[in-house]
Amino acid sequence: MTLTVCIIVFVLAMFLGREVITKVPATLHTPLMSGSNAISGITVVGAILAITVFVREDVDTNMWAIILGACAVAFASINVFGGFVVTDRMLQMFKRR
Amino acid sequence: MLHNIFTIAQDAGAALTEAAASATAEAAEPAVTSAPIIDWATDSYLIAYLIAAVLFVVGLKKLSSPKTARNGNRIAAVGMLIAVIAALSENPIGINWWAWVFGGIVIGAVIGWVAALKVKMTAMPEMVALFNGFGGIASVLVASSEYIRGSAQGSIPSDTAFTIGIAILIGGITFTGSFIAWAKLAGKMSGAPILYGFQRSINAVLLLVCVIGSGWLAVQYDAAWWVWIILVISFVLGVTFTIPVGGADMPVVIALLNSYSGLAASATGFVLKNPGLIISGALVGASGLILTAIMCKAMNRSLANVLFAGVGTADSTGSAGTQGASDKVVRSVDVEDVAIMLDAAKQVAFVPGYGLAVAQGQHAVRDLTKYLESKDVTCFYGIHPVAGRMPGHMNVLLAEADVPYDELFDLDQANAELPRTDVVIVLGANDVVNPAARHDTTSPIYGMPILDVDKSTTVIVCKRSMSAGYSGVDNELFYHDNTLMCFGDAKKSLQGMLTALKEL
Repeated sequence: MTLTVCIIVFVLAMFLGREVITKVPATLHTPLMSGSNAISGITVVGAILAITVFVREDVDTNMWAIILGACAVAFASINVFGGFVVTDRMLQMFKRR
Repeated sequence: MLHNIFTIAQDAGAALTEAAASATAEAAEPAVTSAPIIDWATDSYLIAYLIAAVLFVVGLKKLSSPKTARNGNRIAAVGMLIAVIAALSENPIGINWWAWVFGGIVIGAVIGWVAALKVKMTAMPEMVALFNGFGGIASVLVASSEYIRGSAQGSIPSDTAFTIGIAILIGGITFTGSFIAWAKLAGKMSGAPILYGFQRSINAVLLLVCVIGSGWLAVQYDAAWWVWIILVISFVLGVTFTIPVGGADMPVVIALLNSYSGLAASATGFVLKNPGLIISGALVGASGLILTAIMCKAMNRSLANVLFAGVGTADSTGSAGTQGASDKVVRSVDVEDVAIMLDAAKQVAFVPGYGLAVAQGQHAVRDLTKYLESKDVTCFYGIHPVAGRMPGHMNVLLAEADVPYDELFDLDQANAELPRTDVVIVLGANDVVNPAARHDTTSPIYGMPILDVDKSTTVIVCKRSMSAGYSGVDNELFYHDNTLMCFGDAKKSLQGMLTALKEL
C-alpha cells in the first residue's frame, strides 16, 4: 500500500465513523468511549506484526525491538480486554422499564 | 470499432501484466514466475483485517440503541479476535519468540480484565483516561520498534520514516496527556488550570519542531536523534496541552484524548501500511471528535476556549461565591416538606450532576423513584450532556442503580416535559440549570443550552451550600419564587425524603 492509498482509506474511514457514531444516543456515550478504547487496542495487531516480522527477517537481532514490541502488546491487550469487558459490564446494566 | 477497442484494451492489459511481472521480479530476489491476480499469501491477511474492520463498524452501528448495544460490543470483540488471529498467523516464528508475544497478551489480558471487573462506575472517567494513555504508549512503542528494525536492515522508506515520527508524536501526546487527565480526575493533582505566558505559542513551536523532525527522518532515516527529540517533545506537549484545562472541563479533554488514541493507532497503521489499523483507528478518532464537538456545543464554547482559556476552579463543589447573595431571598426546605410535595405530585423529574456521583447517591435516588412509581407518580431523569465527568457518565451511574434507560431523558426530551412537571429535584447540578444562560448576555454561561427546570411548578435544589458552580457564576435559579433549597448531602437528603414519604 502506498502512502496515498493509506490516506484515502483513512479519510473514508473517518467519514464512515462520523456517520455511524452520530447515531449513538447520549445515554450510551460512556460505553461508546470504553468500547472505542477496546477498538483502539487494534494496535496489538501492529505490535504482534512488529515482533514477528522482526524475528522472521532475522535482522541482526536487536532485543530492544522485541522488548518494545512485547510492551506494546501488553499495553494494547489491556485496552482490548479491559475495554470490551468493561463495556459489556456497563451495557448489561441498561434495561427497559 | 468494438473489436479495435477490445484489442487496445488487451494490449494495455498485457503491457500492464508484463510491467507488473518485471517489477516484482526486480523487487524480490527469488524470481516470481508470474504475478497472480490475488496473492493469497498476503491478501488473505488483508481480507481478515477488512472483516475485522467491518465487524467494528457493525458493532458501533449497534450502539445506536441500548437494546442491541451489548450484541454490538460482542461483534466488535469477535472482529478483534479475527484481527489478532490473522496477525499471529501471518509470520511463523520460533517457539521461544512466541513467548514474548503471548507473554504480552497474557499480562495485558489479566490487568485489563481485573481492572474492568473491579472498577466502580463512578471511576469510569479515570479508567477511560488511563486506557487512552495505554493506547498512546502502545503506538509509540510499535513505531519505535519499527524504527529499530528498519535501521537494523539499513533502510527505511521515506514515507514510513515520516509516519514513524508522526505516530510517536500523536502517541506521546496521548500518553502523558491522558496521565495528567487521570491525575486530575482521580484527585492526585489539583484540577485548577495551570497557565503561563506564551503557552499556546510555545506549544505551537514544539509541535512544529516535531513535524520538521518527522520530515527530516523522511529525508535521512538514520537521524536517530530526531526520534528521541520527537519522543521527548511529544511527552512534554501532552502535559502542556492538558494542564491549562480546568477540572470540570475534563469531559472534553477525555473525549479529545480518546480521539487521539484512535489517531495514534491509525498512525501506526500508516507505519505498517496496515489498512486494519488505519480504519479502526480512524473510527475511534472520529468517535472522539464527535463527542468532543457535542461537549463543546453543550457548553456553548469553542474547543480552543476549553483547551486554552483555563476556565474553572479546582472542584465544582468549591467554596467561592456567596457574593451578591446578600440582598436576595433564599428559601430552604427540609426533607419532610419535600416528601409532602412529592406525595401530591403527578410527575417528578430528577436532574443529576457530578454532586450525585460524589455523594454516591445513585441508589438512593433510584429507591425514591421506585417508591414514587409504585404510587403512580411518573418519574424521569433530565440529563445534560456535560453532567458528570465524562460523556454519558450520569446515564451509566443511574443504569447501575437499575434505572431503566427509557427514564433517562436527554436535553430536548426533558425540556419538553419539564413545563408539565410538578416537582423537579436538582441533585448536585448547578450551571446546567442556571436560567441566566437563556437571557443574561453578560453571564459567562450565556448561550449554553440548559435544562429549563424553572418552568416546572416547584424546584427543589439539593446542595451542600450556596457555592457557585464551577463557572463561578451565582445561580439565579436559587432565588426564584418556585425554588426551594434543601441543604445537605444529596444521598442523605434523598434517603430522608423516602423515609418521610413512607411515614406520611
